[in-house]
Amino acid sequence: MSAAGTELTLRHPIERFTLDNGLRVVLAPDRSVPVVAVSVYYDVGMRNEPEGRTGFAHLFEHMMFQGSANVAKMEHARLVQAAGGTFNGSTHQDYTNYFEALPTEALERALFLEADRMAAPAITEENLRNQIDVVKEEIRVNVLNRPYGAFPWLQLPQIAFESFANTHDGYGSFVDLESSTVDDATDFFHRYYAPGNAVLCIGGDLDVAETEALVRRWFGPVPARDVPPLPPTGEPSPTSVRSAVVEDRLATAPALALGWRVPDPVGDFDTYLGTVLLAEVLSEGDASRLERRLIHGDRTAIAQSSYVGMFGDPFDVRDATLLTTQVHHPAGVPAERVTAAVHEEIDRIAQDGVDADELRRVQARIEAQLLQQADSILGRTLSFAAAELVHGRAELAGELAARLAAVTPGTVQAAARGLDPGTVAMLELRPAGGAR
Amino acid sequence: MTDVQTSLIPPLGEPRPQPVPVAEETTLPNGLRVVVVPRPGVPLIELRLRVPFAAASARNAGVHTARGAVLSGAVLLGSQQHDQTQIAQLLQTHGAELSVATDADRLLFATTLLPGGLGPVLDVLAELLTGAAYPADQVEGERDRLAERIAIARTQPGTIARSALAARRYGAHPYAIQLPDAELVSAVRAPALRRLHRERVLPAGSILVLVGDLDPRAATETVAAALDAWTGTGKAVEAPPVTEQRQGGIQVVDRPGAVQSNLRLGGSAPRRTDDDLPATRLAAMIYGGYFSSRLVENIRERKGYSYSPRSALEHQRASSSFLVDADVATEVTGPALLETLYELGRIALTPVTEAELDAARRYVLGSMALSTATHAGLASTMSALLGAGMPADWLRTHQQDLAAVTVEQVQAAAARHLAPEALTAVVVGDAARIATELAALAPVAVTGSGEGA
Repeated sequence: MSAAGTELTLRHPIERFTLDNGLRVVLAPDRSVPVVAVSVYYDVGMRNEPEGRTGFAHLFEHMMFQGSANVAKMEHARLVQAAGGTFNGSTHQDYTNYFEALPTEALERALFLEADRMAAPAITEENLRNQIDVVKEEIRVNVLNRPYGAFPWLQLPQIAFESFANTHDGYGSFVDLESSTVDDATDFFHRYYAPGNAVLCIGGDLDVAETEALVRRWFGPVPARDVPPLPPTGEPSPTSVRSAVVEDRLATAPALALGWRVPDPVGDFDTYLGTVLLAEVLSEGDASRLERRLIHGDRTAIAQSSYVGMFGDPFDVRDATLLTTQVHHPAGVPAERVTAAVHEEIDRIAQDGVDADELRRVQARIEAQLLQQADSILGRTLSFAAAELVHGRAELAGELAARLAAVTPGTVQAAARGLDPGTVAMLELRPAGGAR
Repeated sequence: MTDVQTSLIPPLGEPRPQPVPVAEETTLPNGLRVVVVPRPGVPLIELRLRVPFAAASARNAGVHTARGAVLSGAVLLGSQQHDQTQIAQLLQTHGAELSVATDADRLLFATTLLPGGLGPVLDVLAELLTGAAYPADQVEGERDRLAERIAIARTQPGTIARSALAARRYGAHPYAIQLPDAELVSAVRAPALRRLHRERVLPAGSILVLVGDLDPRAATETVAAALDAWTGTGKAVEAPPVTEQRQGGIQVVDRPGAVQSNLRLGGSAPRRTDDDLPATRLAAMIYGGYFSSRLVENIRERKGYSYSPRSALEHQRASSSFLVDADVATEVTGPALLETLYELGRIALTPVTEAELDAARRYVLGSMALSTATHAGLASTMSALLGAGMPADWLRTHQQDLAAVTVEQVQAAAARHLAPEALTAVVVGDAARIATELAALAPVAVTGSGEGA
C-alpha cells in the first residue's frame, strides 16, 4: 500500500445514512477550502432504456433542468450560478447524475434545488419539444457533423454485445426522440427517479450534523415510491471474432477499434483491477507497450489509446464492459497489420508477463492521476457517489490507489490472457471523405 | 427574480473567506523566474515551465509554427544521456508524464508528479532543456505523424471555423495561423529543430511555476541545483503588435452537405491591464458566458436552435478577443444568426439589470475560486498570468475591480466591444442552403476550403 493512497483514505472520512423514503446519503467532509459539492446519482442509464425509446435516459436528463414545482424554467441555472456555483448533469451507461460545485454558503440552496426536482420536475409539452430540438443539436455537434463522431462508443458495442441494453444507440435515433411524449417522460420519472433509486453525495466544506439536518429537511418530504429491480446487463462471454466495417463520410484517414470482454467490474473486482492496469501498461505514455510498438517502432499508427469502460472510467460501470484499443493509422497502412501487432504485444504480456519495475512505474502514474482527480472537491465527490451507487461502497473511491498498488504482475499477465484474439470485436472505420 | 423573497428558496449564508495563495518568487542567475506556491490538498506537485516562443515576424510565422509544433513532440525523443523510452520511464517512476505544447505565444512543459520526485523530474527536464538530441530518424517519424494529425484536425468543423475567423481577423499577423501547415511540417528536419531549440529555448524570459505539497525554500534550491546548467545567450521573442482587420459582411466557408452551421464572431477586447476589462468581462458573461445568459436563454432554451452557444474573452500575449460561438442546425442558420446579432445589439444599446450584473459578478468570482481550488488549476492560471506579464497578485486586484463594476460601465463596455459592427463574422456550412438567407442580414462572400461534409 502506498503512502499517498493511505493518506487519501484517512483524509476523507465517509458518513452515511438512509432516509425513510429510501434515499441513500453519503457525506464526505473536508473543510480545507470553502467549496462544497452536491451530487445526485439516479440508478438509471442508457442501458435501462426500453426498446423504441433509444436516447430517452439522456433526453430525460435534459428535462430535469427545465424547472420543478417551486423553480421556474432557467431558474435552476440562475440560482446556482448567481450563488457563484457551477452545475451540470450527464448520462452514463448505468446511471444519470446531477451535480453542483458551490461556495459553502450556497449548500442549502443546492439541496433545495435537487430535492425540488426529485419530487416534481416540470415535464411539459413545451419543455419536451424544446429539449428534443436541443438534444438533436447536441447529436449533430458530437456525432453527425464531425468525423469519427460515433467512433467507437456508439458503433463498437453493436458488434461486441448481443442484448438490446448493450448494443443500442444511447444518444438515440431521431425517430425515437421525436416520437417521445409527455406521458413517456412522466412514466420514466415515476419508474426510475424514486428516492430509493438514488444516491445523494455531498463533499467538501460541510458540518456533518448540520448537513444531515438540512438533508432530512429538504429530501425527507419526497414521497417514497417502488424501486425498480436492477436489470441484469451482463451477458455470456463471446466465443468468436466479430467484425464490422463502417464508412465515415467526413473522415479522411482510417481508424480501428478492438474490444475484448473483461471480468465483471463489480463482482470480480480484484481480477478486473488487473485489466485496468493492463490498459495502462499497453497505452499510457511513451513508455507503454503499444506506443513503443505502433508509434515509435513500426510507425504504423498516428495515435493509440486503450481504456476500460465505454466512456473511459473503469470504476463507474457494471458488467458487461470492454477493454478497447483504439488506433488511428495512415491510409497506407492496412488495418490487418495494426491488428496483428496489437495481438502480438498482448500475447507477449500473456506469455512473458510484465516486469515488476514496469508495473511499479505504471502504478505510480495511476496513483498520481487518481490524486489529481481527488484534488478537486467536485471530482472527488463524483467518485464517491459513483462508488456508492455501482459498488455499494463510497470508500472504495478513496482506496483505489492502494488497491491498484497491491496488484501483482501475475494478475496483469492473467488479464492479458483474457484478451483472446479469438474473441475480439473488431471495428474498422474507413474514410469516405473524398476531399483529400 | 422578484418571486425569490416569497418562495421556499433558501437564502445564501455568510461567505467564508477564500484562502489566498502566497507565491514565493526567485530569479535564478541564468534568468529563469521560479515561482513556488505551497498549497494544502493532495500530496502532488504541479509543474509548468513557460518559454516565450512567438514567431519573430509575420514573414517567418508559417515556418516557425511548423517547426515549433514538431519540436514540442520531438524534444521528448531523447537526450545525451537517455533515449525516449528511458526518459518516459524516469518520469513515470514519480507519477509524471511530461506534456509539451506550443501556441502562438509560448512553449509549455507541464506535468503532475508525486512530491518525492521533484529532484529527479527536474533533472530529466534539465537534460531535455540542455541536451535534447533530436535524433534525425525519429524526428522524421514525429513530423510525419504530426502532418497526419493536422490533416485529420482540418476535417473538424470547429477547427475549420476557428482557423477561418483567425485568418479573417489577423491577416498577415502570426495569430492568423491556428494550425501549422502540413506541408511545412513535412519539410522540417532535425538540424532546424536543434537550431530553434538553441536560439529560443532559453531561461531568460521563461517562468517555472510549482504548486502543491512543497516547501518554497527547499523547492527553489532544488530547482536552482537542477537547472543551473541551462543557459543561453539569445533573447526571448514576444509576438509583434496586432492590428485587428475589421472586415464587414459575413464570410461563408462552404462545407457542402453539412447538417449544421458553425457561427463564429470575434473582435478585439480590453487587455488584462485595461480599466474596462472587468466591465467587458461581465458584459460578455451576461451576453453568452454562462448558462444563465441571454444568448443561451434565447437560442437554446426558448428556440432550440443550438446545444451550447457561448461567448468568452480570450487573452493572448499581444491581443485580447471577444468571441461568440454557436453551432446551429442548417435549416435555422439565418434565424439563429439574427437572434445572436439581436442580443449583441440589445446589450450594446440598452442597460442590463442590476440582477443580471450581480448574478454574473458572483458567478465570475465563484468560478475563479473553483478553478484555482486545485493544484493543477492554480498552476495553469499562475503560469498564464505571469506569462502575460501580470503580477502574482493580479487575481486579487481583478476580483476587487469586478466587485466595483456598475450597470453604466457594463453598457459602455458592451457598446464598445460587443456591438455587431465591432465584430468579424464567419459561418462554416452548406453555402447552397444558407448563403441566400444570411445575405438578408449582411453582405455574404462565399469561400471554399470547408471540405465536403
